[in-house]
Amino acid sequence: MATTEQATEVVVEHQVVDAQPLRTRIGVGAFLVLLGVVSLWFLGLKLDGSAKAHLNKLVLPGLATGVVVGVVILALAGYQLARGFRRQQVGLVLGGSLLLFVVAFLTWVSAHGDGARVDLTGLLQNSIGLAVPLMLGAMAGVLCERSGVINVAIEGQMLAGAFGAALIGSVAGSWFGLVGAAVFGALIGAILAVFAIKYLVNQVVLGVVLNVFALGLTGFFYDAFMQQNTQALNTPKVFKPIDLPVLGDIPFIGPLLFQANIVVYLTYVIIVAVDVALFRTRWGLRTRAIGEHPKAADTVGIKVLAMRYRNVIIGGAIAGIGGAYFTVGSVGAFGKNITSGNGFIALAALIFGRWSPRGAVAASLLFGFASALQTLLSFTVPGIPSNFLAMLPYVATILAVAGLVGRVRAPAADGEPYVAR
Amino acid sequence: MSATQTDPTTADPTPAAGPRLKRPTRSSDLLVTALAVVVALVIGGVLIALADQRTRSAAGYFFQWPFDTFTYGAEAAWHGYVALFQGAIFNPRTAANGTLVGYLGPLSETLTNATPLILGGLSVGLAFRAGLFNIGGQGQIVLGAIFGGYVGFAWDLPPVLHLLVAVLAAALGGALWGGLVGWLKARTGAHEVITTIMLNYVATALLAYLLSVKWFQAPPFGQAISRPVDKSAQLPPLLGSTMRVHAGLILALLAAWAVWWLLERSVLGFRLKAVGANQFASRTAGMDVGRSIIVVMVVAGALAGLAGACQAVGTNTQITQDIDAGIGFDAITVALLGRAKPGGIVWAGLLFGALHAGGVQLQSVTGTPIDLVQVIQSLIVLFIAAPAVVRAIFRIKASGAGVGQALAKGWNG
Repeated sequence: MATTEQATEVVVEHQVVDAQPLRTRIGVGAFLVLLGVVSLWFLGLKLDGSAKAHLNKLVLPGLATGVVVGVVILALAGYQLARGFRRQQVGLVLGGSLLLFVVAFLTWVSAHGDGARVDLTGLLQNSIGLAVPLMLGAMAGVLCERSGVINVAIEGQMLAGAFGAALIGSVAGSWFGLVGAAVFGALIGAILAVFAIKYLVNQVVLGVVLNVFALGLTGFFYDAFMQQNTQALNTPKVFKPIDLPVLGDIPFIGPLLFQANIVVYLTYVIIVAVDVALFRTRWGLRTRAIGEHPKAADTVGIKVLAMRYRNVIIGGAIAGIGGAYFTVGSVGAFGKNITSGNGFIALAALIFGRWSPRGAVAASLLFGFASALQTLLSFTVPGIPSNFLAMLPYVATILAVAGLVGRVRAPAADGEPYVAR
Repeated sequence: MSATQTDPTTADPTPAAGPRLKRPTRSSDLLVTALAVVVALVIGGVLIALADQRTRSAAGYFFQWPFDTFTYGAEAAWHGYVALFQGAIFNPRTAANGTLVGYLGPLSETLTNATPLILGGLSVGLAFRAGLFNIGGQGQIVLGAIFGGYVGFAWDLPPVLHLLVAVLAAALGGALWGGLVGWLKARTGAHEVITTIMLNYVATALLAYLLSVKWFQAPPFGQAISRPVDKSAQLPPLLGSTMRVHAGLILALLAAWAVWWLLERSVLGFRLKAVGANQFASRTAGMDVGRSIIVVMVVAGALAGLAGACQAVGTNTQITQDIDAGIGFDAITVALLGRAKPGGIVWAGLLFGALHAGGVQLQSVTGTPIDLVQVIQSLIVLFIAAPAVVRAIFRIKASGAGVGQALAKGWNG
């Protein structure tokens, strides 16, 4: 099935380079029509004409915003269906339309809730806060999977990290807690590495089992030790926010990005480091090589297995730091299953972002925004079933993987153990 | 347990003491399985000892008098495992009452826990055989529970029919959720691991929504709990109303037989296994790979849906947010321990059911956290997936693939 489809696709590409395939054109067009109609009708015309929306200090007329956004999106949809945008522009058009839609939606939320104030800064701050562990988890995934080891155990590594941060943070101070989180995460990473690389265990199975293992072990030690001596073992100090000198004073962006605590800044550093290292350094080239074609890499003298070990363990450490965000980075005390599935969402972000650091960060932010929006809605507009909004990121991931955005392709050797012969 | 499992080794015509012979056979598999269980239990014992107060205080003077640490630790582990046995199989203290519950109560708990695990394990195992990794047990169970539970409390039907319809509805719910995964995989190549994980979350959110609407929630609408299922739609108890084990167990055993028949005796099963072994060869041989994938996910989903039925109209009679009770993920370990074979899955389900039932007793008697069960469970599967580790520990020489390797495929596979 795959081969024949690819073959026809190639032929089409040779005929008209810039045009989209007809199916994509109609699909994207229909989606835009849907967005446009929803904004025009539900978010615009159905509102009371005098309702005002308060976004931060901005006051917008509810009805007009919805109508304007709806008309713009419908116009874009019309062009898409009639002529079709060029291939390169489709993503931009879709993204822009979605952004407009979100704006219209937020004004609707505010206007519908009798002028309930929507705190945009707070919303975005929450989004970033919720996205931090996702971004770190996804970076862990990037490191492992780009070097050819599937990491489904992100959840377990995060959980171990959260536990380590709380335990060591309580005993020796939060800074050591952060280091402890990295070490605990790396330990799970090391188990993953040994069983995947040396014992050639199926990596998806392994990841799932390691998640159960981490959940059980942290739960066990939590009940057996932490619970009995909460004061000494489970009261780590939460890192205080640091207001960065100049950057923190930038209006809007400052409070959003540069008045956070050390874990968040560390996240920025890790993201930049991973992105630069992966695409600009010798290490990165080699990592990508062993993930795509380990045999070729081996032939030119790259030590495939050693690199895989190292990258998987570093990945585990990064996921562990992501876990630390749950304890020393925000809440403080550890609780059973405190990561509550965030590792799996990080995995989804990794795949949604097509195994690239930047894509993964964008996907994480999107997921963070969706959950922040959900929390906001459950407070301001009780009428909307916020549970359906909670489904959005997951449905979006399914659609993305199913190829609405384009075919998602993992590194060629991802998940395949390498045995030198 | 280990004695019965190693039996075939002695029945083998070649001497049992021949580890030098390369025999990656069933008996070797069983030996590795038994040893994996032993190693996991030993590590579990160390954890029990760690959690024991007396052992810990003895460890405080370890270097003056190390023997206390070891004897207390061993004692703690022994007491722990005795409690586990009493909770899971037979408890002489309650049996002394002379009542039926006293004798069979622990066993009933084991079987109650094992029932959904067997069904879930069959779901995951069947998908394994077709080369698919079904992590979506949770979502499929939730959907099954929603469908079965809804029919159970909302429809008004005569006794036997009501139960049948409720169980079938549960299977349908799971089948829809599983079939969606299969359809996505067949049509677009979306990897089932991702779609199943995502659909788990969608199902949980759907359940959370349903538990907040009037036609689903139990009055007076304060709690997130569904209306109670009618008596006529409940799986009847097998050992009287004092014990929890219910007719779902029979359902599970029938399902195991059906899956065995499907895999070993039917054309469809042959096709599924062929697709699992080599998709490209199957396609060349003229099989419709896409359709096989959809069919296997529909059946796997239906099996998980039945597990949902056991949860919603059997063990419980009302649906709550945690109706899945972790069975979706435990089922993966059950399927792996059972090596994706129906018979093996039944035994694995019973073993893990016993561990869960015993874990409750273990916690109440010795104070050892029940999370220990999860650790033991994951360790067993870890060692089974990497038989080389077990062989290295016990110095058994043999070559054979681990469970995982049969389906070693990446995201692109």
